Amino acid sequence: MPRSDPHESRAAWFLCGPTLLLMLLLLVLPTIAVFVLSLTDAELGEPVVHFLGLDAYADLLTDRSFLGAFRHTAIYVLLVAPASVLIGLGLAMLIEAGAGGRAFFRSVYFLPVVSLVVAMASVWQYLMHPSFGPINIALRMLGFAGVNWLGSSDNVLAALAVIGVWQAVGFNMVLFLAGLTAIDRTLYAAAEMDGIRSAWDRFRVVTWPMLGPTTLFVSTISVINAVKVFETVATLTQGGPAKASETLLWVIYQEGFVYLHIGSASAMAVVFIAVLLFLLVIQTRVLDKQVHYG
Amino acid sequence: MIGRSSPLLRGLRLLVLTFGAGVILFPFIFMISTSFKPQAEVFSAGLSLIPTGSAALDNYTKALTRIPMGRILLNGVVVCAAIVLFQIVFALPAAYALAKLRFRGREILFGLVLLGLLVPIHAISIPLYAAARMLNLLNTLAVLIIPFTLSVFAIFLFRQFIRAIPDDLIHAARSDGLSEAAIVWRIILPNAWPAASAFAIFSVVAHWNDLYWPLIAISKTQLATPPLGLLFFRAAEVGDDYGALMAATVVITTPLVLFFLFAQRLFIEGVTMTGLKG
Amino acid sequence: MKPPALHLKAIGKAFGETRVLSGIDLTVAPGEFIALVGPSGCGKSTLLRIAAGLESPDEGSVVLDGRDVTAIRAADRDMAMVFQSYALYPHLTARQNMALPLVMRRMTARERLPLLGRFLPGVRAKLSAIREEIEAAATMLKIAPLLERKPAQMSGGQRQRVALGRALVRHPRAFLMDEPLSNLDAALRVHTRSEIVDLHRRAGVVTLYVTHDQEEALGMADRVAVMLGGRILQVAAPDVIYRDPQHIDVASFIGSPRINLLPASVDAAGRAQCGTHIMADGIDSPTSSQVRLGVRPEHLRLDSEARPWSLPVAIERIEFLGAGALVHCRAEGLQDPLIASVPPARAEALRHRPILHASANSLLVFDSAGARVGQRQIAACHAAE
Repeated sequence: MPRSDPHESRAAWFLCGPTLLLMLLLLVLPTIAVFVLSLTDAELGEPVVHFLGLDAYADLLTDRSFLGAFRHTAIYVLLVAPASVLIGLGLAMLIEAGAGGRAFFRSVYFLPVVSLVVAMASVWQYLMHPSFGPINIALRMLGFAGVNWLGSSDNVLAALAVIGVWQAVGFNMVLFLAGLTAIDRTLYAAAEMDGIRSAWDRFRVVTWPMLGPTTLFVSTISVINAVKVFETVATLTQGGPAKASETLLWVIYQEGFVYLHIGSASAMAVVFIAVLLFLLVIQTRVLDKQVHYG
Repeated sequence: MIGRSSPLLRGLRLLVLTFGAGVILFPFIFMISTSFKPQAEVFSAGLSLIPTGSAALDNYTKALTRIPMGRILLNGVVVCAAIVLFQIVFALPAAYALAKLRFRGREILFGLVLLGLLVPIHAISIPLYAAARMLNLLNTLAVLIIPFTLSVFAIFLFRQFIRAIPDDLIHAARSDGLSEAAIVWRIILPNAWPAASAFAIFSVVAHWNDLYWPLIAISKTQLATPPLGLLFFRAAEVGDDYGALMAATVVITTPLVLFFLFAQRLFIEGVTMTGLKG
Repeated sequence: MKPPALHLKAIGKAFGETRVLSGIDLTVAPGEFIALVGPSGCGKSTLLRIAAGLESPDEGSVVLDGRDVTAIRAADRDMAMVFQSYALYPHLTARQNMALPLVMRRMTARERLPLLGRFLPGVRAKLSAIREEIEAAATMLKIAPLLERKPAQMSGGQRQRVALGRALVRHPRAFLMDEPLSNLDAALRVHTRSEIVDLHRRAGVVTLYVTHDQEEALGMADRVAVMLGGRILQVAAPDVIYRDPQHIDVASFIGSPRINLLPASVDAAGRAQCGTHIMADGIDSPTSSQVRLGVRPEHLRLDSEARPWSLPVAIERIEFLGAGALVHCRAEGLQDPLIASVPPARAEALRHRPILHASANSLLVFDSAGARVGQRQIAACHAAE
């Protein structure tokens, strides 16, 4: 780093001072506190605290509801992220492929993004109601048996995933649209001159590789947002039935703010941070190299 | 020719997109239709969209009176506006310093920004809650705002954007006698306006939707934000009064949707920019 | 004469309300190198894209080797194009970039399957043939050491060569080049010019070369087509375009510094008068009495004494350019300065010679519509010289 001039340094600290203070109070200290608390059996309103050390984490490994939440979150992510990325990409390409109705479709698909999740979850609850929900009524009209969407432990994650995908495709579509318009048109001309005839080859040779950075970014965002699923669980299932829809954030919330076991909740929060860190490392260290052709 | 498509393909594109739009709009359509229906009709297991009996007045009266709906929407607006304002006021000077000034500790500060990008509010909500409890801040609007006054994402985004502003502009401002603070507000802010408005949209959508922190920090209906308010409404409702619930969801969803419909370009550009820079 | 290899017939094109091409007719003989030159927005790139099949004309047709290909898509016309931005695929190495057109043309979709395709009969032979051809082309273009690099790891000049290689390797029916040198720095541009000419000579394939740079057009092409406002004004060999422009716009677009244009009126005897000074005579039945006289800077002479057929001027400025010098003069009654190009050694001495006259056979006469007017006897005044 070049030598810094004292005047510039002073100005910089003056400008960053308030932010730095906030960072310490709202980010650094709480993060340290979470790590420290995670090594204890602290309970809110309980003055006596014991130091457990890494035993707190060992306990998590045998905690069936935490392991269940971990598994449910993973399943939810595997259902929502690929579907919302692929559908988002498909929609973006379809919208981009023609002139008609671009602005209209873009707005319609984006609508769920700006609609209150909790409110729309309530609507979905009604739509998915086993007896008088329009979805089951429609299914029965078509001769299928109705499905107990949110009330059966076999279906509840899939039902939440449907809502999650519905909510997320518009956001992904907008990002893909931006990625598509950023592709140099002459590459398509070059591909045509090179004898590329089919839409599939055009996609394989130009669109998909050129969208690489966008796809990686959209995938990362989709995975991280899916890992953070909370609103629909809190509104619709409260983790039920029979804990089948408990997710990471939901058990952290329950453990910390309902049962007030802030020690073990902190340990779960640390695991949650570790999961996010793991995803980010994969993105920046492993995949990033494959989509930037520098 | 590239993009020369047959009428068949064009028709297929419109067909698929229209079908998808139908799936997207399906919940909205039933939300509005059901909010007009009397309870008996909701339970009657038909797919009709047009309500036969009208319970609109009844449903919407319940939606507006079971919980202090006006107050709740106002809470949402106040909280989101305050959050956005503080975030920009704190983030912009720091982002400018990180982007354009040389000083000892810059790397460490930027490292903290990256750490902040990693750690979401959910993960540190426990100490924040404990602190708020100690300071007697629970059940205040302030507690809904304070944890979000710092946005490392805003710092990161603005830094990326400010880096693209030519140094000469800043040198010129300095030689014109502007202080560094004056440079931030009179030179950087107008030039970073697209980033600021994009971030504002992003932030409003995120915090208008957030349920986690309000659920933890607020237990009084009077202080609820829209998502929490709707949870209170659901709790106050006995049985399956979906007509009234849908009326409440209509009322609570409309503000941001209207804002979106009137400022679509701002939203789309906002999402695009925060996405591509972030 | 052999039938044309490429014939653009009565081409017209409009984008919405804007007419970009009208009545374009251009025939290219087998093996010929034609430069399309004109200012930006003259429609030259659109014409090239129409020839390529990337754009369809509203009127007219494209005939390639005697076959009407207007309705045939670009991928099936077997022409190669070099783009201004090179348009290399950034995720592929130089080798893969050059292989793509060959693979797409010679191998079936089944044979192109990753991994599995390799085991189909005949695929290995095809792949090794492609490999050899790429290596031969790479050696010719001196890019063999770069074959495993991706475009981002190459300099602009290297990318340009790979783009040329991609066009060259498949032996197309025609080369179409869209300002291929404009992203190179000046020294490299001059160097690459002669290389492209060389490649063209070796390949012997019809080449359409779009450029806004008249030096490139004049220096490289067998014939130059000057385009303006969506029309071709003149197609001719470079020296003819320069010496014998048929339109005032061709005369003023080609040549640097620009040709000097003097407004003049023609009397019944066919004498052109600029102010009170007679500048030319013998002009054929002028269609209008108002004409413009064009004279290239190198054909203007400066003298110390007035003679007939000359123009007194004030010398404003002398601009040294190394190999030559430009004398900026101003004549009474003329808006634009006149520029004479002179040997630099003599430039200073010319300050005292404020009389300008044009050398023999150098005056070009244009009527008020801009078309060339014939002359029986040009600038007879200089018989004495």
